[in-house]
Amino acid sequence: MAVLHTTNKSPLQTRDLESCLRLTRPGSGILLMEDAVYGALRSTEASARLAQAAKDRRIYVLGPDLAARGFTPEEVIDEVEVVDYGGFVDLVAEHHHVQAWV
Amino acid sequence: MSDTQANEGGDRKVKRFMFVNRKAPYGTIYALEALEVVLIGAAFDQDVSLVFADDGVYQLKKGQQTKGIGQKNFSPTYRALEDYDIEKLYVERESLQARGLSPDDLLVPVRVLGSAELSVLMDEQDVLLSF
Amino acid sequence: MTAAVALQDREVAVDEEGYLVNLSDWNEDVAKTMAADDSIALTDNHWEVINFLREYYAEYQVAPAIRVLTKAIGKKLGPEKGNSKYLYELFPYGPAKQACRYAGLPKPTGCI
Repeated sequence: MAVLHTTNKSPLQTRDLESCLRLTRPGSGILLMEDAVYGALRSTEASARLAQAAKDRRIYVLGPDLAARGFTPEEVIDEVEVVDYGGFVDLVAEHHHVQAWV
Repeated sequence: MSDTQANEGGDRKVKRFMFVNRKAPYGTIYALEALEVVLIGAAFDQDVSLVFADDGVYQLKKGQQTKGIGQKNFSPTYRALEDYDIEKLYVERESLQARGLSPDDLLVPVRVLGSAELSVLMDEQDVLLSF
Repeated sequence: MTAAVALQDREVAVDEEGYLVNLSDWNEDVAKTMAADDSIALTDNHWEVINFLREYYAEYQVAPAIRVLTKAIGKKLGPEKGNSKYLYELFPYGPAKQACRYAGLPKPTGCI
């Protein structure tokens, strides 16, 4: 089982998501939470990079953090799956390790 | 803020205060802290303006629903700023564009300015406060 | 450290300044009890201000400072009510602070 990577910083403001993507292997899971959810949105300067990364990685975004920030699942790029807290727990259980890019 | 009272006994000059908001809400405490400082500072009757740039523009995004994360949704309070006589809200155009947002996505009326115009405004301030 | 206001059938927790800890604990009995503890019987004029504050908070998520309250009351209820003399007569401990407390809101932001 692969590693689940979590990241919580906005990719429009920091390089943390970029570091995460650089150091994840194909097949890894990546969960965007807190301010990282902005990275999952369509039509931002970060959208294309994430869509590219999603070709060989599974990328998730935490729904409650999206809603808190005023965005709906429809505004998330197609390559990214929206999960709730239950889905977050499942992801943690499915992976061997969790690496948090805080 | 002793320098606001330089002429003791004389006329207190109204100073120009600019709050520069560059952080998204909820992920950190900066946005809420800035808002509280602005509301408290409003009692001093100074010339106050707020700038929203970089991820700070997300503070004004419509439709915030925070029940799921158990934090207070403070976004409606931006609509009360008018009651506190704080009416100068500036948003940087480049920051909006980088995020695929337009003024229609924001919950209060703002003036959208390019970075060149904003930098001129910044130069004209007496006090800059960064959040 | 929390204190409590004793109602007929229950107690509600308040902070060291007497403001409700949980805003959802509020009902009209809470306001009446808090006022009675200050030896004040709430009249329709009091309720007008308390209800105004509750509506303001529901709309903006902020308890308004005194200056903001005075102006907003004036806009809604007329100049004979939107002035500090009228409001201080109703709420001698400070209209924003005292009325916000009875209304179950936090201490006003911007009160110094």
